[in-house]
Amino acid sequence: MGSYLSDRWEQILSASWQHFSLVAQCLILATVIAIAIAAFCYQNKTLSGIANSVSAVGLTIPSFALIGLMIAPLGFGVAPAVTVVTFYCLLPILRNALVGLSGVDRSLVEAARGIGMSRVATFFRVELPLAWPVILAGMRVSAQMTMGVAAVSAYVLGPGLGSFIFSGLSRLGGANSFESVVTGVVAVVVIALILDGLLVLLGRLTTSRGIRV
Amino acid sequence: MSNSSKITGATILLENVTKSYGSKKPAVNQLTLEIPAGQTVMFVGPSGCGKTTTLKMINRLIEPTSGRIVINGEDVTKMNGDDLRRRIGYVIQAGGLLPHLTVGANVGLVPKMLKWDKERIRQRTDELLDLVSLDPEIYRDRYPKQLSGGQQQRVGVARALAADPPVLLMDEPFGAVDPITRQRLQEELIHVQAELHKTIVFVTHDFDEAVKLGDWIVIFNEGGKIEQYGTPEQILAHPANEFVEDFIGSGAGLKQLGLARVRDVRMRQLPTVDLGEDAAAAANRLTEAHAIRGVVLDQHDRPVGWISRRHLEKMSTVVLPDEKGVPTVGESSTLDDALDTMLVAGSSEAAVTGARGRYRGVITVNTVIRAIEGLSHEAVEEVSVPVGHNTGAIPVATTAENGVITYEMAEDDQQKEDEWLTSANREWSETDRQKWENYSSLDPAEDVVGEDPNLKGSGSERA
Repeated sequence: MGSYLSDRWEQILSASWQHFSLVAQCLILATVIAIAIAAFCYQNKTLSGIANSVSAVGLTIPSFALIGLMIAPLGFGVAPAVTVVTFYCLLPILRNALVGLSGVDRSLVEAARGIGMSRVATFFRVELPLAWPVILAGMRVSAQMTMGVAAVSAYVLGPGLGSFIFSGLSRLGGANSFESVVTGVVAVVVIALILDGLLVLLGRLTTSRGIRV
Repeated sequence: MSNSSKITGATILLENVTKSYGSKKPAVNQLTLEIPAGQTVMFVGPSGCGKTTTLKMINRLIEPTSGRIVINGEDVTKMNGDDLRRRIGYVIQAGGLLPHLTVGANVGLVPKMLKWDKERIRQRTDELLDLVSLDPEIYRDRYPKQLSGGQQQRVGVARALAADPPVLLMDEPFGAVDPITRQRLQEELIHVQAELHKTIVFVTHDFDEAVKLGDWIVIFNEGGKIEQYGTPEQILAHPANEFVEDFIGSGAGLKQLGLARVRDVRMRQLPTVDLGEDAAAAANRLTEAHAIRGVVLDQHDRPVGWISRRHLEKMSTVVLPDEKGVPTVGESSTLDDALDTMLVAGSSEAAVTGARGRYRGVITVNTVIRAIEGLSHEAVEEVSVPVGHNTGAIPVATTAENGVITYEMAEDDQQKEDEWLTSANREWSETDRQKWENYSSLDPAEDVVGEDPNLKGSGSERA
């Protein structure tokens, strides 16, 4: 195991970085999209209901199947990987954004409007900051979940640690196959923990002391 | 009222304003209402009467279905609502502070939107926190959740005043605080208003609060119908109709106590005794004053207890005979509050204190009772009531020399005005005006029955 690691150290590091970067970038993209969708839906009961059901149903789709289906329109490589990871990232964040935004005290919104804040300013300076801790909780769930999904993207030759796992599994029993799988799994867990820690730190930095519990 | 030159408020006119939601009965129907500059106008009425809707139409948080809103002669019905609201202070229940911003940032919200520079915003914030008796050094950087309900409410008032708006709208601001805090906040609002002379429109469901704070009271019924518009004195003495009477509830006489302040009535003066002074000298002073009891003051001249001559004779230096303390009321409290304080303390007298809690005199239950008698006999001044009705007639604006705009029903609208008198104010014009005339023709000598002999009585007590 030791020699396996020391021989492939650089390869492991670069794959880990790719994996991390894939998830982190998709997470940011998904957060922006989720907030945009939630902003559009949260004041309307029907639309919120639809958005909630879609995110519930979406989560039940097996990621392996979805990524396979993406090969036809998007081919192999980064494009299908990003699409699928972003899709799975989106769902928990959307759900939390809806809960967070609709949980903002309406009287506060009215107070903000009453002192002359525009509709847009009220959203960005009152509603979003107040819903932010809930949205961030959704981001943490998404980050953990899509670490696994990102590994599956190796199936479409996407970037990341999935290649270690897949190549190991395909020749199980062969030389270094077990080491390869373990390396992939452990590295995924480690970077998942690192990303989670970073998100907690982000939460500390971006949540006002006035609303911290 | 007399200091019209100092008025910083603006006259507001709602012109034939209607708000309806769908096909249902309108929430506010054809309301025409003048709110005079620099005065506090209270909207009261049962829930669902349209008083809050009317308030929110002034800053267009609720857009009127039809009609015009005119502030200081300028039609604001079509201007940008956000710009309008930045020029009007708005206070809601519990302050409506944004929990994720500090107290200072909350107060500075409107100036920031108006793009003031940072230094000016900081100065203004500190100035306002001072005005509402919160030390800027301590509270500027706190978050709303670190403040008590009363403090949050004060910050709410400070925020509304931040850009020095001529008009302040207050929507049941003191509804969510405990009675003691509410009393203190009300008194502070009176002080702030005495300094600033804003035009304040204040919605409340508490008639006593309306009597206490208002220069004028508008009593609304369902559909934004004005039942009566007048001074608290007028409404208490001459309710326009049964609805108003019911709304005032029983004890209109007792409620008039809310109009008189402790400093306006004659206080008794008891001899004062300082803590730690020679007891014999103090006892002598009591004897000279023919008093059985005296008031014990601490080193800051604050009343701390009663002491009798018998007690003094048993002591060498003055100490407190018991720890019961003494009920105290501020001299700017209403008689209502004074009576309440005495009843709660189970005492027939209370010490009156002025600035910094210094002793001023003693008020007794008898003084209050005499004041009730006096009040119910006191003549209500003839004043011209601002325009307020639901008939659709629109008054004409006149601008006085000092720039204050007032509205009057036009001469050619005389007919409409007559109609209005016969509809809305019928009962007041027929029965009450009759009573009122009978009453004003009373011999003034008979009129003061309740006052003079009793005052003589208390005079001998004081001697």
